Amino acid sequence: MSRPLLEVRGLTMRFGGLLAVNGVDLTVREGQVVSMIGPNGAGKTTVFNCLNGFYRPTSGEILLDGEPIQGLPGHRIACKGVVRTFQNVRLFKEMTAVENLLVAQHQHLKTNFFAGLFKTPGYRQSEREAMGRAAEWLERMNLTEVANRPAGTLAYGQQRRLEIARCMMTRPRLLMLDEPAAGLNPRETEDLKALIGQLRDEHGVTVLLIEHDMKLVMSISERILVINQGAPLAEGTPAEVRANPDVIKAYLGET
Amino acid sequence: MTRNLKTALFSTVLLLLVSYPILGLKLSVVGIGLQVEGADASTLWTIGLAAVAMFTWQLLRDRLPGSGQLAGLVPSVPGQVKHWLTLPSTQRWIILALILVSLVWPFFGSRAAVDIATLILIYVMLGLGLNIVVGLAGLLDLGYVGFYAVGAYTYALLAEYAGFGFWLSLPIAGLMAATFGCLLGFPVLRLRGDYLAIVTLGFGEIIRILLRNLTEITGGPNGISQIPKPTLFGLSFDRRAPEGLQTFHEYFGIAYNSSYKVIFLYLIALLLVLLALFVINRLMRMPIGRAWEALREDEIACRSLGLSPTIVKLSAFTIGATFAGFAGSFFAARQGLVTPESFTFIESAMILAIVVLGGMGSQLGIILAAVVMVLLQEMREFNEYRMLIFGLTMIVMMIWRPQGLLPMQRPHLELKP
Repeated sequence: MSRPLLEVRGLTMRFGGLLAVNGVDLTVREGQVVSMIGPNGAGKTTVFNCLNGFYRPTSGEILLDGEPIQGLPGHRIACKGVVRTFQNVRLFKEMTAVENLLVAQHQHLKTNFFAGLFKTPGYRQSEREAMGRAAEWLERMNLTEVANRPAGTLAYGQQRRLEIARCMMTRPRLLMLDEPAAGLNPRETEDLKALIGQLRDEHGVTVLLIEHDMKLVMSISERILVINQGAPLAEGTPAEVRANPDVIKAYLGET
Repeated sequence: MTRNLKTALFSTVLLLLVSYPILGLKLSVVGIGLQVEGADASTLWTIGLAAVAMFTWQLLRDRLPGSGQLAGLVPSVPGQVKHWLTLPSTQRWIILALILVSLVWPFFGSRAAVDIATLILIYVMLGLGLNIVVGLAGLLDLGYVGFYAVGAYTYALLAEYAGFGFWLSLPIAGLMAATFGCLLGFPVLRLRGDYLAIVTLGFGEIIRILLRNLTEITGGPNGISQIPKPTLFGLSFDRRAPEGLQTFHEYFGIAYNSSYKVIFLYLIALLLVLLALFVINRLMRMPIGRAWEALREDEIACRSLGLSPTIVKLSAFTIGATFAGFAGSFFAARQGLVTPESFTFIESAMILAIVVLGGMGSQLGIILAAVVMVLLQEMREFNEYRMLIFGLTMIVMMIWRPQGLLPMQRPHLELKP
């Protein structure tokens, strides 16, 4: 069994009187695909927001590779290799698809003011490589044709793919996808499933997933965490979760 | 119809309220007192006619061609030409042509025209600098004139107390303005939108009031005068050189002509503007330029991708301030006198108007807008109606070209097929 990449212990997030997340434990091992499921408003996205530093958790511990990261600002956590997509896609809508991918490489590029001003060879090299990586991922995501279109004008499915590509440009270790299949047609969902598999197998990325599409979740996840009203309800392999009576009652049984 | 009647009545009353005091009442000096004089008959007739015209137009505006159709009546540039005009390569050629023309013409132009052109260049520089902050990074800065003042006073004080020359003070002034930009930026940049605007507005005023009240150092409301003019490698452009300097006309053995100085100042301003254009052009294509734009569009997404919003904003603020510092020290050198009253809020508003008028982010647009705004300001015949024209231009722009005169087409990065 691979070592744990992300360990969450007793994560609690309180907004005034509202207990949004209550004592969530989660372990994501390197190379796994782990899903979080739960009814709407269960606190899944709040967990994400705590993990990537948008919220400072009220209590609890978040360890990335054994190193505590709770309370760090969002960009620092992103630089450590934890990046995410958003439930409602957040692209830079007026910038082109390529530019979106270039922005995401910011932390890996030469940003020295004078190097850029005088276009030193090192700077040109760094820009060329960035462009190359962007081109590569556009190709992989089948977006090359729309590379120079403003991101906001792309079709919804393309925007979703571009957002994932943008995350990949930061060379993440843990990729968190917040409902990536929402609004996709069955065909696109199939592609997404294949893509997540590829990201894990070929690029060594660990994936943490929030998703409502049970078919996708059950087929792709190694482990599933069920959250209900902010508290963990069950945790286990897809088969275990499916057989858990509490889960059936609280979540699956309702439909 | 009743709705129109209401609007019409309201507009007419507003027109009367505004125009009567402005056009109808005059203050005249009688002895040591002031006396208010009423308007003469013809002015009253004009106001009355305008009121009637306003009333009828407002009442019948639904039956007249609407504002949408009106916009169509304005000769609009055909689509293809418009596209061509906003292409980066075209803009580059236009800029190159403009540079050549602007290098050559002062030798043939009149002295007054060159002087106004120098003023225009100062505003181009300020517009370009503020454009980084407002147009590219999307931070509404209403106190930009504060950094301009810091630049101007840096040179003035260095010249007054340490005897520094213009060329040595120029980078120091830029650095000082940058420092102030950075210092202000740290606490302020966590604010957004309107709040940022208010705080920066306050900052601009604080600097001005500080300069006015530090009487022992800055000379208070009287400012600092007799600031030396720039020299050309130690050659002065005055009729008689100060101690230790040689004059330009003596060195080259030509007759003294006061317009040399004006042309020289103009060329320095041009040099500074070209430098600013070059730097900003590069910046826009650098990672930091992309980060500015990304931040303007979505701060949360930026953070989730590992871009520190504070650093990105701070860099925009600091670099923008640097250009204001350069412009300020040049302004001090040109005027030979700085007073706090040169750095009032109205200056900030003017610079912001240039940026908005030019089209946020567009450099060519800013040059055009600076020309328009400064000329408008310098037209003495219209002096009384300057602010009216100013407002009118803004309204026309909002209706006709809300995206600015020549909106920027961002450098698109082409993938090789």
